[in-house]
Order: sequence, then structure tokens, then C-alpha cells
Amino acid sequence: MTTATVPVAAAAPTVPAPPVRRRRGRLRTVLLGLPVPLLFLLLWHVGRENAWELPFGIRMGFLPYPADVARGLANYAIGTRDDAFSNLLWEDLPASALRVLSGFALATAVAVPLGVLMGRFVTANALFDPMINLFRPIPATAWVPLVALLIGYGDQASIFLITLSAFFPIVLGTISGARQVPERLLEAARMLGTSGVGTLLRVVLPAAAPAIVNGMRVGLGLSWVILVLSESTGVPTGLGSTIFLARDVVQTDQIVVGMICIAVAGFLSDRLLMLVFRVLFRDRPLIK
Amino acid sequence: MEQLTAGRTADVRIAGLTKTYAGAVTAMADVDLTIASGEFVAVVGASGCGKSTLLRILAGFEQPSSGAVEVGGTPVTGPGPDRGVVFQDYGLFPWLSVRENVAYGPARKKLPKAEVAAITERFITAVGLTRFAATYPAQLSGGMQQRVAIARVLANDPSLLLMDEPFGALDALTRSDLQAELKRIHVDTRTTVVFVTHSIEEAVFLADRVVVMTGGAAHGVPGHISRIVPVELADRDVTSPAFNEVKREIAELVHRVPTPV
Repeated sequence: MTTATVPVAAAAPTVPAPPVRRRRGRLRTVLLGLPVPLLFLLLWHVGRENAWELPFGIRMGFLPYPADVARGLANYAIGTRDDAFSNLLWEDLPASALRVLSGFALATAVAVPLGVLMGRFVTANALFDPMINLFRPIPATAWVPLVALLIGYGDQASIFLITLSAFFPIVLGTISGARQVPERLLEAARMLGTSGVGTLLRVVLPAAAPAIVNGMRVGLGLSWVILVLSESTGVPTGLGSTIFLARDVVQTDQIVVGMICIAVAGFLSDRLLMLVFRVLFRDRPLIK
Repeated sequence: MEQLTAGRTADVRIAGLTKTYAGAVTAMADVDLTIASGEFVAVVGASGCGKSTLLRILAGFEQPSSGAVEVGGTPVTGPGPDRGVVFQDYGLFPWLSVRENVAYGPARKKLPKAEVAAITERFITAVGLTRFAATYPAQLSGGMQQRVAIARVLANDPSLLLMDEPFGALDALTRSDLQAELKRIHVDTRTTVVFVTHSIEEAVFLADRVVVMTGGAAHGVPGHISRIVPVELADRDVTSPAFNEVKREIAELVHRVPTPV
């Protein structure tokens, strides 16, 4: 059995690093993540102080100081000074989150079934593919004037724009996932007595799950991107509409505060989505 | 031992079966084959002779271009749980545990939950995987995955078991283990079996009759049955002279070059 011992000996140096070294590796990653953001904050502060003129005609003199933004954030969250934005976060965030959630859920509810059908049936694909390719390149910004006329200003217009934006990545992800289902699994399901519709639910959906999840993550991210635009349609509360209000009263620190809040909300919602999927799938191995 | 299944079993009648693919390639022509209930038939032949196509038509995955295919007196029109298929690459659902894979078929029949659970445990035990019931297929060796696949179709109580080179991807030791196990299972269930294989030894070891197919596109002759060899050995000792005599006879038939029409 000499052949068996040789590879073991040869493999020894590549054995996974011991826990201590791995922990040090993680610490290293965290530490390496700090310098660039800190430098950015420093340059921001210095640039503001000296009113730097940057390419694109960026006049840093008009920026708030990082510390002003921090104070603005505190005021937005817990009302440290008494102005129009004090404590507003807890009205804006739920309003915006509800819009994102409604639009995203609506997009998912339409895109996943449609994507499964388009991925599996040539007829369904032939029917809807031209339409999707026709509408997909139209940016949400281009929809805004038409939506303003057709729907008017308000929640419905806002949710419509989010739905529209989230729809395409989800449907495209689902189509590609549904197309890549191994034929063998469909045969196995059918010979075990699964009906046609049953095959879609029990084989195509789980086999396409990773691609669907990817599409949904992109869709959810886009929903937050479109949020500000969608709240430019004149809804009174929301992270986006507060940014527009801040612009109208020329309160730049509040504009940046709004941007930060949207970034954090977007990040957290992505984590939340992944958590939902983890609970849903537990540790089931999915097709990669 | 307790009866493993309800013992449903069906005969097979294939008459004048021809399969032509688009582009007018005739893969298989004039295949006639009758299999009795409970019989174990192996199909051997060189690559491209149509043996897998024959099995896929019996399974209902492919439609014949002409001819009649009946299982238990009913014409085959599509796949169904009365005909269980064991694939070479297992075809297990990777996101379902061993237990869930085996329970899949009975659950589709809308049996009561307790009954599904009882059937599932019975077949997991029958293939010796009790300790692995909660694991996922990717965590198991090829031989164990194929055991799961066999338990999965048997749990459906099929009247015909179709096996497409099921042990072709396994190492020799695992292969002979599973052959012996399949033989035992066949004795227990008396399910009719059609077993496609490349291995003549495997065919002679397992089958009541060995169907030798020959031809195929590469030979300019459509695939067809060249001979059906009954295996009348009481004792299937692979080292015995009698066993090897049958092997030699079949090998000669398999390697004979078919004469183009």
C-alpha cells in the first residue's frame, strides 16, 4: 500500500490552516478593510477645509464636513437638534422599506412563475421573449414622466417603478436557472409519478433556486437604487423624498445622511433576504 | 423474510418496434421481444446498437416511430410509476435527503403519511442505508447512491424495473456487491426486470435470458436483436467452466460484425 501513503504525505502541507492562523487571517482581512475608508474620510475632511476643486468640477467647498454628516445622522435618528429632519428616520425608513418590499414582492410573484414557464416551454418563451427584450433596455428614469401622467404622484407610481426595475433581473435569473435543470432529474421525477405541473414545482423550482436567488438579490438591490427616483414622484415621506426635501432647503449634510441610510438599508435587506433563504433551504445542497 | 413489495409484476410485449430519429437515421428496426412476468432479462450489445433506446422507449421517455410496446397489457404512452427506472448516473434529487428521495414516489401517490414513512423505512433498511437516511446524496459514494436509487424505485412498487447500465460507473467490488443484492431483491419482489449492460459477465450472472443486440448507425444496419440466449445455469458461479461457456457464446455474438443490408 505504498501508493496510498505517498499522496497523504504529499498532501500534508496543504492541509487547512489551524484555527489560530485562520482567526489571524480573518483579523487581517478586517484590518486591511480599514485604511481605505479612513483615508477617504480624511481626504473628505481636508478637501472640504481647503475647498478643493476636483475633476468633473466637483467643488468640495459645498460639501458638509464628515462630522456634520455624523451629527445630521444623529439628529435624523434621535433628534439631537430641533429641525425639520429630527427623528424623521423612523417615519422615512418604514415608508421606503414598505415601498421596496411591495415592489420587490410583486416583481417576484410575477417574474418567478413567468421565468419558470419561459425557461421550460418554447412556446412561452417565444410569446414573451420579444416583449421582455423590448422593455428591458428602457431605464426607470425614462418611465418617470410617463408614469407621472398615467398614474400621477404617490405610492402607486413609486411601487410601480420599483416593480418594473426588480422584474427583469428576477425573470432573467429564473429563465436561465429553469433552462439548466438536468434532464435526468426531470426524467426521474416523471418515472416516479410526478405530473407536469408537479415537475415544475418539485424539480424545476428547487433546481433553479440558486439562479432565482441570484436574480432576486440583484432585483432587491435595484429596488433600493430606484427608490430615490421613485420617491421623486412626490410622495411625502421616505428616505428618497427626504433627500429631495434636503436639496430644496440646501441642507447638504442631510442629503448625505439620506444616501448613507439608503446604502445601509439596502445592505441590510440583502442580508435579510439571504437569511430568509437560509431558513427556507436550511442546509440543503442545491445544484451549483 | 417479510415480503418486500406487494409483488406487482407485469409482462412485456414489444412487436415490430422501429425508432427513427429526425434526419432519417434508423436507430433500431423490427425489434420483437416478449418478456414473461417476473422474468429477469439482460440486454447486451456494442455501443450504438439501440439497447438504451429500447429501455428508454419502455420507460416512456421516447416514443417509438412504429411498432407496439405493451407493459402488463397496456400500451406505453409516457413515463409512469408502474415502470421504475434506475439510471447509470443515479438521478437522485440532490436537495432531498436519502429518506426524502425514497419517500418521493409513495408521497406522489397521496398515501397516508404514516404509510409513506413505513414504506420508506422498509426500503432504506432493505438496501442497508438506515444509518444514512438523513444524509444527502452528494455525501454518499457511488455505490450507496445507486442503492438509494434502487430503493427509491422499489418503494414505488413498480411492476417493471428498468435498469440502464446501473452499475457501469462503480468499482468492481461495489459492483459485485450490488449485483448480489439485486439478485436477492429480485427473488424477494419477483418484479420483471430489464437490465441493460455492457458487461456480458454481469448479464449472465443476473439474467434468466440475455438479449444480444447488434448493428447501429456505425454499422450501416439499424440496431436489432441478433439472438436471445437463455441462461440455464443452476449455479451462477462466475469461475465455473459452464458459466464461461455461456459468456463465450454471447461474446462471440456481440463481437460478430453485422452484415450491411
